[in-house]
Amino acid sequence: MNDKNDIMMLDAVERYIRGEMNPDERLHFENLRKTNGEIDQLVVEHTLFLQQINQFGERKNFKSELHDVHTELAQQGKIHSDKLTGKAKVVYLWKRYRRVTAIAASIAGVTAIGITTLVNSLAPHPKDPKVQELVHEVTVMKQVQKNLDQKINTKADKDNQQVFTMPVRFNGTGFLINTSGLMITNAHVVKNSKNIYVQNNKGDQFRAIVLRLDPTKDVAIIKIDDDRFKSFSSLPYGIRKTSSDIAESVFTLGYPRSQIVYGEGYLSAPTGFEGDTLSYQISVDAYPGNSGGPVFNKNGEVIGILSTKETHTERSVFAVQSKYIYRVIDELRKNKLWENVRISSKSTMNDLDKVQQVKKIQDCVFMVKGD
Amino acid sequence: MKQEGNEKALLLGLARNDRKAVESIYKDNYNMVQSLVINNNGSTDDAKDIFQEAMIVLYEKARSGTFELNCQIKTYVYSVCRRLWLKRLHQTNRYLEVGDMETVVPVDEDLEDHAKKNTEFEMMDNAIGILGEPCKSLLEAFYLEKKNMQEIAFSFGYTNAENAKNQKYKCLMRLKKIFFTHYKNGNSDE
Repeated sequence: MNDKNDIMMLDAVERYIRGEMNPDERLHFENLRKTNGEIDQLVVEHTLFLQQINQFGERKNFKSELHDVHTELAQQGKIHSDKLTGKAKVVYLWKRYRRVTAIAASIAGVTAIGITTLVNSLAPHPKDPKVQELVHEVTVMKQVQKNLDQKINTKADKDNQQVFTMPVRFNGTGFLINTSGLMITNAHVVKNSKNIYVQNNKGDQFRAIVLRLDPTKDVAIIKIDDDRFKSFSSLPYGIRKTSSDIAESVFTLGYPRSQIVYGEGYLSAPTGFEGDTLSYQISVDAYPGNSGGPVFNKNGEVIGILSTKETHTERSVFAVQSKYIYRVIDELRKNKLWENVRISSKSTMNDLDKVQQVKKIQDCVFMVKGD
Repeated sequence: MKQEGNEKALLLGLARNDRKAVESIYKDNYNMVQSLVINNNGSTDDAKDIFQEAMIVLYEKARSGTFELNCQIKTYVYSVCRRLWLKRLHQTNRYLEVGDMETVVPVDEDLEDHAKKNTEFEMMDNAIGILGEPCKSLLEAFYLEKKNMQEIAFSFGYTNAENAKNQKYKCLMRLKKIFFTHYKNGNSDE
């Protein structure tokens, strides 16, 4: 009861400070404030607090705006910064190294150096150190495009096939949920990133943006926002709307390393860590970098999103249940721009064996990189 | 005369957080600051840090409403950056005479204010960090993203706004407690 009064009082104080009271209420409240020292104190204290948190928010926004402006102006060449990132850097480096690259390619038939990654200590789960997020933290990533010579000869895509270095901090996995580039990954994979890129199993890289972040469910919707991305005619898999049963066999696809990796296991419990009803427990090998990747059942339906793993137990992995993808999509649809987004629960791979299923699926699973 | 009006408009724009104004000030001043820093033992990263810090000083001053700029924006930004960079050099034991290419105005007072705000910003940042989830996201949604309780209840999966409100209250009490403990300590330390 007391608690309830406190809540109402603070609510009133907040509305008073924000000027949201109507004149009568305001008058009444001001009288109360005059006669009750405690309330007056609360108003003073809360005013200070609101001021602080507002300043905090404003500054935080402004900081991220400055960051954006910097990147944009640098890309447009309006400021001289050698810290180009993203596409601009790729283009710049391409122009600079075009000849070197071509020569190197013709002489050596450049082989992949692949990805040199420094896997650091893994980001701990915000709530519990016993669970770790399966996101790959990478300090520096250097990649020399595989099969460079071949790509140059075939004059495939121009911009993204070259030598590039990009400061990447996080790696995870994501997968398409519609044909035009809408993807799902974990919120913890992208939440701290300014620039997000996704890369398919052929090594093509695309820019992506975050449309919706739901940290409680640990689900993020991102969208490929890049002219070079070509829409798919259809997706081979659907997203399962209902719950799955334990003992069902499952498989995963993800990017714990630069190449796509397949994993096989079974659904071991209907809830996640400490009874978390958002998730399933799954027994499968998973590594940092698998975060955000799809979990499929034998019919090739997505039943979950791989997210965390019990720190000291092998093969004990948690996946966000696929029905929550629908919830997050529902939230996204409230935005006028996205109200027509539809995702399908139909899979067209029922009769195929695993090898065929994976062949079809792998083009729709991407590495997600953020800086 | 025209330029003066222009500068005033830019500052007003900055105070409103108008992207065009921010870009314009950024574009007109960044290269100058980068030369300053690079010619004085710094990197482009240092230049970006220092310049953005100065932008925040300018932004917060512009927003305060009591701000009268008695010199060009350029001069002010340069002065702030110069001071900040000297300080940074000093902290890392790299002493250097910064040779001036531009006019300099006194900014010490402004930077004292700014340092105080920096401390407060960090206190709030730490306090919110300590809170953990779901409090962090909940309070950020309400106080920073200015969402209403209805929306918040929905996107966080509370059954109704009333439940969300109760949770928000608990989180808010914790945040205030953490913040004010540091705030009061911080102020009495001085």
